[in-house]
Amino acid sequence: MPIEYYTFLACIIFGIGVIGVLTRRNAIIIFMCIELMLNAVNLLLVAFSKMHYARAVASGQQDVISAASEGQLFVFFIMVVAAVEVSVGLAIIVMMYRNTHNVDINYLNRLKN
Amino acid sequence: MTPYSYLIPLLPLLGFLLNGVFRNSLSKSAVGIIGSGTVLGALIMSVLVFMEVKGDPTIVTLFEFIKVGDLSIPFSLQIDPLSSLFLLIITGVGFLIHVYSTGYMHEEAPAHYARYFAYLNLFVFSMLLLVMGANYVIMFIGWEGVGLCSYLLIGFWFKNTSYNIAAKKAFIMNRIGDLGVLLAVFWMIQKFGTVSFAGETGVLAQAAQLAVNDPALVGITLLLLLGATGKSAQIPLYTWLPDAMAGPTPVSALIHAATMVTAGIYMIARSNIMFTLAQTTSGVVAIIGLATAILAATIALRQNDIKKVLAYSTVSQLGFMFLALGVGSYVGAVFHVMTHAFFKALLFLGAGSVIHGMHHEQDMRKYGGLKKMMPVTHFTMLIGCLAIAGIPGFSGFFSKDEILMGAFAKSPVLYALALGAALMTAFYMFRLYAMTFMGKYRGDESHPPHESPASMTFPLIVLAILAFAGGYLGIPALFAPNAHWLEHFLEPVFAKSMAITEAHAIEHSTEWVLMGVSTALIVGIIFFAINKYKKYSDNGVAESGLGKVLANKWYVDELYDAIVVKPILGIGNFFKNIIEKAGIDKGVNGVGKGVLYLSRQFRLIQSGNVGNYVLMMVVAIVGFIWMVYYLKL
Amino acid sequence: MLVVLFILIPLLAGLGIFFTRNEGQAKVASLGISLVLLALVLYAMYQPAGSELTTYSRIWLGSLNSHFSFQLDGLGKITTLLTAVSFPLIFIATWDNHYKDASHYYALMLLTQAGLMGVFLSTDALLFYFFWELALIPTYFLVSKWGGERRIPVAFKFFIYTFTGSLLMLIGIIYLYYKTPDLSFAWESYKQVQLTFTEQTWFFWFFFVAFAIKMPIFPFHTWQPDTYEQSPTGTTMVLSGVMVKMGLFGVARWLLPVFPDMAAKMATPVLILCIVGMLYASLIAMRQDSIKRLIAYSSIAHIGLMCAAFFVNNPYGYDGAILQLFNHGVNIIGLWIVVDIIERQTGIRNMNELGGLAQKAPWMAALFVVVALANIALPLTNAFVGEFLMFNGLFEYNPWFAVLAGISIILAAVYTLGMIQKVFYGAEISQAAFKDLSKAEGLAMLTIIALILIVGVYPGPMIKLGQQGMEAVQMAMMP
Repeated sequence: MPIEYYTFLACIIFGIGVIGVLTRRNAIIIFMCIELMLNAVNLLLVAFSKMHYARAVASGQQDVISAASEGQLFVFFIMVVAAVEVSVGLAIIVMMYRNTHNVDINYLNRLKN
Repeated sequence: MTPYSYLIPLLPLLGFLLNGVFRNSLSKSAVGIIGSGTVLGALIMSVLVFMEVKGDPTIVTLFEFIKVGDLSIPFSLQIDPLSSLFLLIITGVGFLIHVYSTGYMHEEAPAHYARYFAYLNLFVFSMLLLVMGANYVIMFIGWEGVGLCSYLLIGFWFKNTSYNIAAKKAFIMNRIGDLGVLLAVFWMIQKFGTVSFAGETGVLAQAAQLAVNDPALVGITLLLLLGATGKSAQIPLYTWLPDAMAGPTPVSALIHAATMVTAGIYMIARSNIMFTLAQTTSGVVAIIGLATAILAATIALRQNDIKKVLAYSTVSQLGFMFLALGVGSYVGAVFHVMTHAFFKALLFLGAGSVIHGMHHEQDMRKYGGLKKMMPVTHFTMLIGCLAIAGIPGFSGFFSKDEILMGAFAKSPVLYALALGAALMTAFYMFRLYAMTFMGKYRGDESHPPHESPASMTFPLIVLAILAFAGGYLGIPALFAPNAHWLEHFLEPVFAKSMAITEAHAIEHSTEWVLMGVSTALIVGIIFFAINKYKKYSDNGVAESGLGKVLANKWYVDELYDAIVVKPILGIGNFFKNIIEKAGIDKGVNGVGKGVLYLSRQFRLIQSGNVGNYVLMMVVAIVGFIWMVYYLKL
Repeated sequence: MLVVLFILIPLLAGLGIFFTRNEGQAKVASLGISLVLLALVLYAMYQPAGSELTTYSRIWLGSLNSHFSFQLDGLGKITTLLTAVSFPLIFIATWDNHYKDASHYYALMLLTQAGLMGVFLSTDALLFYFFWELALIPTYFLVSKWGGERRIPVAFKFFIYTFTGSLLMLIGIIYLYYKTPDLSFAWESYKQVQLTFTEQTWFFWFFFVAFAIKMPIFPFHTWQPDTYEQSPTGTTMVLSGVMVKMGLFGVARWLLPVFPDMAAKMATPVLILCIVGMLYASLIAMRQDSIKRLIAYSSIAHIGLMCAAFFVNNPYGYDGAILQLFNHGVNIIGLWIVVDIIERQTGIRNMNELGGLAQKAPWMAALFVVVALANIALPLTNAFVGEFLMFNGLFEYNPWFAVLAGISIILAAVYTLGMIQKVFYGAEISQAAFKDLSKAEGLAMLTIIALILIVGVYPGPMIKLGQQGMEAVQMAMMP
């Protein structure tokens, strides 16, 4: 499959994520949208990694393993960060719900003052 | 004595300092002695210096006043025939007026009495500096100094606001002229690189090398003329002098008749070579002089305040002097300055004596019949009137005749107009004489007038002698060849000018005819005036027609007010209220307000909604990407 | 070495006086310090140029190549002398005034003096800027704490106004720093800066506006009447007598030598600005009712002339202007002394409500008249010499400019005599008791009048002093 397919898909997912973050007010859905964006990036990284591997093989390059693995390594990093983020973020949302019985972010406009 | 001539101005300055600083502790007689004594000292010094005067100027340099670049202005005094003659006039008449003042001002409180003499001494100092200065800058110091003293003395009775306004007017009118002098001095510095009168490299020697009607010369002389019109009360700056009569009468006699107002004539006589070469300016001088002589004479015809009559008469006589300068008769102008100083000081002091005797009444309609009550004053005033009218034998005749002849040599038209002004002079002076001394007493019977004390009549008598005899210093060649002492004495000063203007010798027969005609006319006018006014009674009818215009001084003050004063004040108001408040200041404050407004607007962005912040973040990221990839910044 | 003391003495004394509690102590200490400083400055006047005593230089910010360097050269002599003379005068003249927290007041005054001295002595651009601001800050506190009823907004406006100018200057200083051949802030290096025409134009105007705001000249002057009116009189005297000279000094020390070509090219627009401002301020002064605002506008007119004279590019203008820096400072302090006395005793500032004070206070009236006459440049007063030279310089540059500017001489007579008439002459005001000058005030006034007359009659030494300073400027202006 050509690389463009992956990039288009990733862009669409990323866009959905952005729009979701911007338009929704439910903190959990915003969270999920952020995950979507992260995963869109992951998808891209994996796709490009694959592409680079194919090129390296085709050009007879020596170190094909590192060409294939760099992108995928980043994906792991992102996944770890995302997991950490989810755990912290969800904890915040839970605390917020406890205090306000609400997960609407517009309710949290105390920053203004 | 000439090397010590700096003592001449220094003595009055000393008097000023003593009287000014110790005015609260000195007794009146001490003040009078200091005031008059210092001027007497200056007079004695002046006489001694005068005796030593030779043709060439002697320069006494005291110290370097200003030295910048190539320009060097020493503080130096110059003694030559012209300045020594003025020294005698100033200190002589000045001394008499100081003596007179001890009587006239006797009612003042001691502190004010001392203040008066301090100002008067300061005036004498400035005036001496004016005529002794060896360059235009030192002359200018005296020039502004006399203006200041005039201001202080006109407003001497400072409780009266209208007097203060008159004083202010005098100073400001003079300042306009002073600006002219100052600009002329700058021009001289640019053109000649010096401001000194005398010497090979002096202004006058350098100017003599220039061509006739050299543009720079015409410009310089026109600017000097502006200064002269201010100081000597000529059109267009004459209106301050009649108002200046607010000052004490001796002040009017000294400053506004005998000395300060002749400073303009002195300056032009001093710069004579420049004016002779700048023929355009000379023409303007003659026209201004003649116009002023006639205008002021017409106004004097209808004034009822005795000092106002004399004031306009002074303006008119100064016009005569300008006419003489304009037609190149410099000796005639200086001669008239001298005789005028005698008879006009006499007339003013006489008027002061009358005012003193009449308990400060100045309206001639309230006078009449003072001949018997004030005999000395009457007699001396009569001599003054005869002298100013130009009756043969009296001093005014000689000097005025010389001016008229000079005018005739230039053009008979000038002569005719000047003669007209001279006839008006005779008329208004004898109107004054008749209204004051003849007929019946019209004033307050309960306070009959009295003759003035000896301190006041003594100067009158001395001045009367001078007013009679002063003319014999300049006997025209018509009567006796080479008898004109003054012309001979002043010859070195005017030699260069005389060489340029070839003398238009008038036939002796013509001169006899002109003299006879003018004398006959003047005598006729005098009898007419006496007859008309000796039985004067105030009929209470307001003037109308031309008389009203004359009584209101041709409405010149009103005209100036409308075309100069009001617009300037209007512009000032416009600047103050519109441009300053609503324009610049509002603009500046507007910047501040704009900043506050913008910050208030920007604050709205910080809504506190997380969504908004995120949106801004996204927009900013997109913006950056756009900048980097599409604008290639 | 001595020059550092000029700054250190008032600085340390000022900081010390902050901690005194007693008003009398603070007063005496300030006067003493300022007199000591005056003595030192007078001593330094006679030192030859470049002597050990009059220069000082140490590395300050080494990484920036900025030096802590001072020099008392000819140009600085006049302004330093003015600073040293005026502070004791001000302390004596306001001796009878009582201020709340007097020790703070006097401390701030001395700090201002330290700042002023620094401005006039430093030969390093960064140091110059540093002192420029140092002089401003105590003044801000003086105005906002001891000023009149509108002091807070007025002090704020004053601060922002001058600060804006300072920032423009700072930009200029930093930009020029990068263009200096040896990357240094020294005055000598700044003079060697080579700039393109566009750069010159921009930075000339940056510096000019900064100085113009400080002077102030039209149309950057609107902070000035308000500030003069609202400040405590002592501060007004400092502001009008010495601090506005910072702007003029800046023109002579930094603008002309650093941008000689541009200064020559831009002379005509600058002169037009100055002359318009002179006439504008004179006309407004004529229509003022408040005596303080009248003097403020009169000062704008006079400063305009001085600024113009610095741009005429001939020795008359330079020497006249530098001399007039001193004269104007002395004279205007004299005017403020009397205005302060009147306002303190009657509480009236509107001239139309005053009158007849010459009867109640004859000495005050007499001395005031002398100072007022110096204000209109009457001969034999100090201002005549300065104005004569300045107008002559203007005439050499362009006669028509001299004619137009000369009109302001006439207008000056109109408003000054009008002021004298309204305040001192005419009918008496009803105020029962009006005391004449006190001993302290009399001493201050007599000193001022002595300076007026001495410089007016025998100006030679002062002119020479100024000439020393302007020679350097002229050298730079010569192509």
